[in-house]
Amino acid sequence: MADVLMSVSGAQTETRIARSRALARIAFIDVIFHAVTRFSAIAVLIILGGVIVSLIHGAQPAIKAFGFGFLSSQSWNPVTDNFGAMPAVYGTLITSLVAMVIAVPIGLGVATFLTELCPHVLRRPIGIAIELLAGIPSIIYGIWGLFVFAPFIQAYVQPPMIKMFTGVPVLSSLFAGPPYGIGMLTAGFILAIMILPFIASISRDVFETVPPMLKEAATGIGCTTWEMMRYVVLPYTRVGVVGGVMLALGRALGETMAVTFVIGNAHKISPSLFAPGTTISATIANEFTEAVGDIYTSSLIELGLILFFITFVVLSIARYLLMRIEQKSA
Amino acid sequence: MSSLYESRRQTNVIATMLAWGAALFGLSWLLLILGSLIYEGVRGLSLDVFTQTTPPPGSVGGLLNAIAGSLVMTVIGVLIGAPLGMLAGTYLAEYGRFTKLATVVRFINDILLSAPSIVIGLFVYEVMVHPMGHFSAISGAVALALLVVPVVLRTTEDMLLLVPGSMREAASALGAPRAMVISKVAYRAARAGLVTGVLLAIARVSGETAPLLFTALNNQFWSSDLNAPMASLPVVIFQFALSPYKDWQQLAWTGALLITITVLTLSIVARTFSAGRRK
Repeated sequence: MADVLMSVSGAQTETRIARSRALARIAFIDVIFHAVTRFSAIAVLIILGGVIVSLIHGAQPAIKAFGFGFLSSQSWNPVTDNFGAMPAVYGTLITSLVAMVIAVPIGLGVATFLTELCPHVLRRPIGIAIELLAGIPSIIYGIWGLFVFAPFIQAYVQPPMIKMFTGVPVLSSLFAGPPYGIGMLTAGFILAIMILPFIASISRDVFETVPPMLKEAATGIGCTTWEMMRYVVLPYTRVGVVGGVMLALGRALGETMAVTFVIGNAHKISPSLFAPGTTISATIANEFTEAVGDIYTSSLIELGLILFFITFVVLSIARYLLMRIEQKSA
Repeated sequence: MSSLYESRRQTNVIATMLAWGAALFGLSWLLLILGSLIYEGVRGLSLDVFTQTTPPPGSVGGLLNAIAGSLVMTVIGVLIGAPLGMLAGTYLAEYGRFTKLATVVRFINDILLSAPSIVIGLFVYEVMVHPMGHFSAISGAVALALLVVPVVLRTTEDMLLLVPGSMREAASALGAPRAMVISKVAYRAARAGLVTGVLLAIARVSGETAPLLFTALNNQFWSSDLNAPMASLPVVIFQFALSPYKDWQQLAWTGALLITITVLTLSIVARTFSAGRRK
């Protein structure tokens, strides 16, 4: 204000012009910066749109050739150019199911251990160890599964299981066939080990959103630790736990390397979990660079599209549920 | 009454023991994996690994071209992906915090964060490899960049949100325009967190195999041409582990050990960075 009231001399006019120029420059930078950040945010949407559009475009030849029959067809024949997604989709769902059946109870157990039972000194180190393990690349699990776990399963687990279940209905066909070591069950188990740290660390974070007062009240009326977990913590965090589990499921469905090594890459649906199979991602990883011809390549891209669709739905539900528990705790 | 008490006590003991068991079970598998990785990997560790290129089966060689390829593609991927993620994260936390656009981007980004990386590979194949007509290191780097963006975006936003609003208000009250408030105040206050995000993103992509399989492909020889196929550690591990040759399999283990050490080191460094910030 002061300089406005002063009499206007030449030197002052000059500084005023310089100042207004500087201000204009700053305002300009501000506008540009705003626009650039805004565009970057929109770029994320463009990436997603690009993924969807390019997959649909790449899958066109296969969609035209097979229509909806692609989803239900079991054939996979590069020689006659006849392809179907069923075995790969089946393998993807079954290996993920096996992984969830194993990893969810154990993951929740680990989370319970970390929040309630673990001595305070060990809580942080074990928690950090689990988070670090969640970051180990999946190819490590794959190579370990191929060289260490599959031979072990083949020698010590599958033969006695086959022997044990012979004659038992359902189970005998579920655990039948020659013990290859590699196969759906092995792949499911490796996946389980891989997603275990995810489930454990997310569930632990979710369990920690329970207000201590609720837990103290439960203990105060004489609940045991189990009763407190079962009737107070779990009901309070149900949405978040389901969200975390769905997130892990999304990972398991789309996982490539941990599975490709040990699945066996066989395009057939077999009732036995010991039999080799394939998953969508394993099929793409194994065959894409060797695929000859438009129909073969675009069938693989259509498989990718199906995978993207399935994981998109699963992950959306997971994020929605996790968002709800975040709002609750905030 | 006492039998009810007794049965409740027993249920509790069983449940508690199961939780202990789960923790032991889970941790022991993970220790087992790390143990065999170190055991198998260290055996093949020698100077050759870092000075020789990948060998044909039966002769002596190393992983030099694969290590170099991984480094090059990771660096380019991060150089493309990190700024984009950081700027987008800035928009979400600063300019557009409560806008509808930010909510949508946040949601989509969280999905991209856990979307199957092999699909990203297919995408880059469709938009870069196919039109160009050949596999190339640059398309591999772009695929990695697309995986870097969601990680950096997420941590950038989280870290900027931790910066107290009063600091921004103080800067604004001094007359600083928005861009200056963000770059001179918010970025500085969240600097350690931003570095953490980039480190986590490097850790994430340095082990990625699936998106590189049909973008950068593989190259048995030394190559520094970004327009040609380039070897990378994960793809070489994939190829060598599935081969029938013992010396290739040994190199795969050693490569796996190198990747794990890199990833764990990066995560630990990132962790100490952000821990320092929180104090």
